[in-house]
Amino acid sequence: MILLETEALTRAYGGVVAVSKVDFQVEAGLITGLIGPNGAGKTTLFNNMTGLDVPSSGKVFFNNKDITGFPAHKICRMGIARTFQNIRLFKELSVVENVMIGRHFKTGKDATHGRFLNALKSYVYLKQEEQEIYEAADNWLDFFDMSQFKNELAKNLPYGRQRELEIARALATDPKLLFLDEPAAGMNPQETDHLMATIRKIRDLGITVVLIEHDMKLVMNICDTITVLNYGMKLAQGTPREIKHNPSVIEAYLGKEEE
Amino acid sequence: MFNFFLLILIYSGIYALMAIGQNVITGYGGMLSLCQAGFFAIGSYATAILATQFGWSFWATLPVAALLSAVFGLLIGLPTLRLKGDYLAIATLGFGEIVRNVLNNWDSLTNGPMGIQKIPMPDLFGFTINPYRKYAFLVMIIIFVIIAYYLFQRLARSRMGRALTAVREDEIAAQSMGINITKYKVYAFVLGAAVAGIAGSLQAVFSLSVTPGTYTFMVSVMVLCMVVLGGMGNFKAAILGAFIIQLISYFPQLTGLSSVIPPQFKQILFGLILVVMMIWRPQGLLGREEHTYGKKHAQKRGSK
Repeated sequence: MILLETEALTRAYGGVVAVSKVDFQVEAGLITGLIGPNGAGKTTLFNNMTGLDVPSSGKVFFNNKDITGFPAHKICRMGIARTFQNIRLFKELSVVENVMIGRHFKTGKDATHGRFLNALKSYVYLKQEEQEIYEAADNWLDFFDMSQFKNELAKNLPYGRQRELEIARALATDPKLLFLDEPAAGMNPQETDHLMATIRKIRDLGITVVLIEHDMKLVMNICDTITVLNYGMKLAQGTPREIKHNPSVIEAYLGKEEE
Repeated sequence: MFNFFLLILIYSGIYALMAIGQNVITGYGGMLSLCQAGFFAIGSYATAILATQFGWSFWATLPVAALLSAVFGLLIGLPTLRLKGDYLAIATLGFGEIVRNVLNNWDSLTNGPMGIQKIPMPDLFGFTINPYRKYAFLVMIIIFVIIAYYLFQRLARSRMGRALTAVREDEIAAQSMGINITKYKVYAFVLGAAVAGIAGSLQAVFSLSVTPGTYTFMVSVMVLCMVVLGGMGNFKAAILGAFIIQLISYFPQLTGLSSVIPPQFKQILFGLILVVMMIWRPQGLLGREEHTYGKKHAQKRGSK
C-alpha cells in the first residue's frame, strides 16, 4: 500500500528549480531511503511534504488524501512527524519537556478532553492531563534508554543523544510516517550502529520511516527501497542492490568514466 | 511615611498585573511587545467612561475593560505577529502611541488632555473601597494579583504554557510538533492585553481620574524592565520586579531626599540597574521557572 505519494512535485525559488517534477512513493511499513549528492533537493522535498514549504506545482497525497499546501501543524496532526538536519530541539527545556511537547495535540481539543479553556478548569483535570502527557513522554524516553537524562536541559545532552531525543519527540506525536533528515550526521560508527538498530525498532512498531542519509553503509543496510535524486530530479528508484549497480547513480556520485 | 509605603505597594500591585501580562507575551511567548501602556490605557478609559457617563459600577466595568483590551490585543496581534524581534517592538510601540494620541484628541468621548475626573469609588456589598484610606484598596489589589498569579501560573504549567514555550524556542520545530503557532501567539497577546486592561481599570478607580499623560511609552518600558529584572518566564519574578522597580522610582520621596535628589535621578538608577543586571545576571533575579518531572529523580536530587 502506498502511504505517501508526490505527483510531479516541483519547487522553484525564482529561477532555481530545487525539486523538479518528482514522483516519490512511500510504501507503508517499509524503510525508504532518499539519497543524492549535496543540493539534490532532498531536504526541499521533505519540507514540501511536511508543510514547511509549499510546492510551486504538483501534489502530495497522504493516505490518498490531498495534503498539498496544508500547514505544518495540520500535517503533523494527520500522522507525519519529522526531525531536522540541523537539530532543532527546544534547547532551554528539559529532555522530558521536549518529548511532552510532542504530546501536545494528543490531549485537549483534538482528543477526548474538551477545549483550550480546560487549562483554567479544575485542578484535578489539569493534574491528570499532565500526568498522562508525562507518562507517555516517559515511555518514549525509556524506549531510547534516556530516562536518566529526564530533567537535564536538552542543550546539555551529548550530540548523539540530542539526535535521539529529536526522534523521541517526533515519535511522541504517534506518527504513521516518520521523516528523518540525516539522522546519522556527525555520529561515530558505534552511534551509527546503535541508530540503525533503533530505526529498525521503530519500523517494527509499525511506523513507516523515510530517511535522508549520506552514510551509505546505513542506507544500504536498513533501507528496503531507495529513491535517488540528482539536480532536483528523480534519477532512480529500487532496492539497495539495484541502486548500487545502477550506472546513472554511479555516474551522479562518482562521475563518468572516461572512454 | 507609612502611608506612602502603602501607596508604593498599591502601585506595585497594579504594575505587577501588567508585568504578569508582559511575562506571558515576552517571557513565555518570546515576543518583544511594547504596548502594555496602550492596553492599560484602554482598560482605564473603559472603566472611567462607563462609570462616569453611564453610571456603571466598577465591578461591571471590569470585565468590559478586560474584554475591550483583549479585543484590541487581538486586532493588533493578528497582523503584527508575523513580525519578529525589533520589528514587532516598533509596531507595538506605534500602537501604544496611537492609543494615547486618540485619547488625547477624541474630546467628545475622552475629554482630551484634561481627562476624566470624579470616577466613583468602587464598593462591595455596601462597603466603599476608598482609595484615600489605603488598606482596603491594598487588600483588593493583592487579591487581584493573587488571582492573576494563580490563573497564569496554572496556564503556564499546562500544555498551553509548554506549547507557548516551544513556540518561543523554535517556531519551525513547534509547527512540526503539531502546534498552531499563530494561534498560540495570539492567545498570549490577548491574555497579556486582558490582564493589562484589568490593571488599567484598577488604576482608574485608584486615582479616581484618568488623563492621557499617565499612559506614556515610559510605562511600557517600565513594565518590560520589571519582567527583565525579575526574570523572564517566571510569574513570581514579574511581581518581584514590579515591586523593586516601584521602590526605586519612589526612592527619593521615600527616603525624604526628594529635595536633594532630582527626579531624573531615578531614570539614571533604572538604566544603571539594567546594565548591571545584563552583565551579572542576564536571566534576571529569579531566572526562568523550571519544572522537575518524575518523583524518583527528584528524590535522588534531594538526597545528594
